[in-house]
Amino acid sequence: MQAAAPILAIDRLVVAPAAGGAPVVDGISLAVSPGEVLALIGESGSGKTTLALAALGYVRPGLAVRSGRIRLGATDLLGAGEAKLQDLRGRRATYIAQSAAASFNPALRLDAQVTEPARVHRLRPLAEALAKARLLYRRLDLPEPERIGQRFPHEVSGGQLQRFMIAMGLIEGPQLVVCDEPTSALDVTTQVEVLKAFKAVIRDGSTAGLFVSHDLAVVAQLADRIIVLRRGALVEQGTTEAILAAPQEPYTRELIAACRRWDRRRPASPPRVAACAAAPARLEVVDVTAGFGPREPMTGRPTITAVDAAALAVRPREVVAIIGESGSGKSTLAQVIAGLHPAAAGEIRLDGAALAPAVARRSLDQRRRVQIVFQMADTALNPRHRVGRIIGRALAFFGRAPRARRPARIAELLALVRLPASYAERRPGELSGGEKQRVNLARALAAEPDVLICDEITSALDTVVAAAIVRLVEDLRDRLGLAVLFISHDLATVATLADRVVVMRRGKIVERGPTGELLARPTHPYTRLLLASVPELRIGWLEEAAGRRAALLPEFAETGAAPVADVDRGREDAHAG
Amino acid sequence: MSAANEALSPPARGPRNALFAVAAGVLVAWALIAVLAPLLVPHDPTDFVSDDPFAAPSRIAWLGTDYLGRDLFSRLIAGARISLFMAFLATLLAHLLGGTLGLMAAVRGGLFDAAVSRIVDIALSLPKIIVGLVVVAAIGTSMTVLVIVAGLVYAAGVFRIARALGADVAVMDFIRAARARGEGAAWLIFGEILPNIIMPLAADFAIRMSFAILFMSSLSFIGLGVQPPRADWGGLVRENLSALSAGSWAPIFPALAIASVAIALNLLVDAIGDRRQLARIRDE
Repeated sequence: MQAAAPILAIDRLVVAPAAGGAPVVDGISLAVSPGEVLALIGESGSGKTTLALAALGYVRPGLAVRSGRIRLGATDLLGAGEAKLQDLRGRRATYIAQSAAASFNPALRLDAQVTEPARVHRLRPLAEALAKARLLYRRLDLPEPERIGQRFPHEVSGGQLQRFMIAMGLIEGPQLVVCDEPTSALDVTTQVEVLKAFKAVIRDGSTAGLFVSHDLAVVAQLADRIIVLRRGALVEQGTTEAILAAPQEPYTRELIAACRRWDRRRPASPPRVAACAAAPARLEVVDVTAGFGPREPMTGRPTITAVDAAALAVRPREVVAIIGESGSGKSTLAQVIAGLHPAAAGEIRLDGAALAPAVARRSLDQRRRVQIVFQMADTALNPRHRVGRIIGRALAFFGRAPRARRPARIAELLALVRLPASYAERRPGELSGGEKQRVNLARALAAEPDVLICDEITSALDTVVAAAIVRLVEDLRDRLGLAVLFISHDLATVATLADRVVVMRRGKIVERGPTGELLARPTHPYTRLLLASVPELRIGWLEEAAGRRAALLPEFAETGAAPVADVDRGREDAHAG
Repeated sequence: MSAANEALSPPARGPRNALFAVAAGVLVAWALIAVLAPLLVPHDPTDFVSDDPFAAPSRIAWLGTDYLGRDLFSRLIAGARISLFMAFLATLLAHLLGGTLGLMAAVRGGLFDAAVSRIVDIALSLPKIIVGLVVVAAIGTSMTVLVIVAGLVYAAGVFRIARALGADVAVMDFIRAARARGEGAAWLIFGEILPNIIMPLAADFAIRMSFAILFMSSLSFIGLGVQPPRADWGGLVRENLSALSAGSWAPIFPALAIASVAIALNLLVDAIGDRRQLARIRDE
């Protein structure tokens, strides 16, 4: 593959803020040949997206190219005018964005959007473009390839939409496809489908791929070569085999360690003495049903049921994980427990005493004892308040520290989440994503809670940062004796942390058990599907996973990518009956 | 970029462009003049300094005299105090009332939001100057009445803006976190939301104050505002209007004063907008 002349050649590229300052991309050279996939790996702020966009001749507003060259085939992209760039984008070089949902026009049919490059560039008659699109739908395993393009974006699932995006990127047979985290917003089960389809399509073409991701396990399935970036500089590059087998740089090893956080073959989290089964439950969720819309007069159930008769219990010094993909009702359940979304039926009990459904009806002490931490660290902190004020408010509100002792207590809490005391003077805008999430934890801990609800607190973070947050939660549980409800869509994250796991699907709890047991011997097909979908950090996993999925759900293989959900639902009903 | 992000982006620091400097300079100058008016006037604004009405500018009366032979310069300065103080108080009232209700509606939602929003719809559908005329005709005019009427009339507009800005912030997670703590509406509004929308509200304050100056000057111009012998700028234009036919500049000066403040306030808002955009670009 290296023999062919590279399609994309970037030479000592330096991109820096136009107003001056440290370069975002600092003197990086790379080349991609036809049929080759090069992955750019790094955490947020590593410059990987800036570098990938530069491959399309695009520099985000506020940034400017200081020096270097970018060539696509024989074209010099930096010297090319806007008209020339417009001409090659969507035709010779295409872009597949992270969020398909945000990238499609909701008012246009999918066919019209997928064939747009042909229309914009007047390359071929519409009928021909449509035929090409349907061919791609088929190869991307989309159901009913002849008709699905007539649907609107909201009429297909998120994973299917991401595949339409890939079809749009590939329809004109581009020389280069740039993918920016194309599966990061997807659930693990959907991610496997999209990765498999993408790999199949790019493998049998002469297209070169530039694949941006922060997840090494995903990249290992697709890429021939990997470049590791950190703060705009190239840390290490090599073939995928070499990087995974023998990483040279400490940072690469750290990335790999963060991905190896969970190995199926090794029993996860050794049973801890502290989590003795005899202790009475601190938090009990008793047959909670909750949802949206007006209640139906006959049954008293909400029109849309998000949580359906869920029951679980968390003991002190125990971490119970709730696992499920988006729409499984796990976040709604978290809000029901926190009192932000009153349940339609059922009860929440704290040390045996029932809590009022709405937070306003709970006593100050009850509110203090149950604390929730949200997923988006960015929006969970008031950007106008300093960290000290954010934590101080919780201290004052719950009366946990007299005014004179407050600064000392704030410093203690910051130390508890491993942040220096000087951070009290900072505003959220001056913190990184991981630091913000630590402050969120500190604010919750200021209340000296007994129950901590963590709602996807690591989902928006990079792998390495997320691993550190998980270790912190583990540490806090042991030191403070917290009962932790840890909600996540990522089995790998919770495998090392949770004592027990509850699997939710469509509002119902489908399986539960001690973590080790559940991971080793899952009984429900959905749990098995979830387990089979967690990317592992080794080459060839994707093919095995696809095989396992096919074995798990025979219907799945027959009907192409018929909505997995419906197939499962049939099985669920069978179980119920 | 959504309104919420806009509201949450940090303010720019330091006067970055000439527009801002000029607008701010004019406003600061007028504010100083208004505050220090009693020390600045060369004559008592109600004293007769000349026997001639509409006398040309002289060493005694720098801008000439008015229709009764009083010093126009002194009356203009005294008028600045009346016009600006009244407009400021009216806008302050509008913001205290409309802003608080608007943010309350954003935080509480439900019936409260629906009820207040409908009342505001009605208030906004009425022409402001007609409302002013009817109220003044019904209960008579005084400076207190004028300030309260203008404050109420403009509170409806402030409500709309504050509610829209507040609703954007109210759905963010830090508000959910505060609600989960059980925080009351007062903290949610003034502790959490207000710091995030203070810049757009300040811009609204400036532009609404220019409306209020014009509103009250209009009422004074038709004789229903500030009553003689005192006069705000609108009143000064009115009482000296006949000078135009006599070839005097007397009504031009108060008219220019009104224009300078109204334009400066609008430029200030424009400049703030530009600076915020610059700040956004820098942030990205």
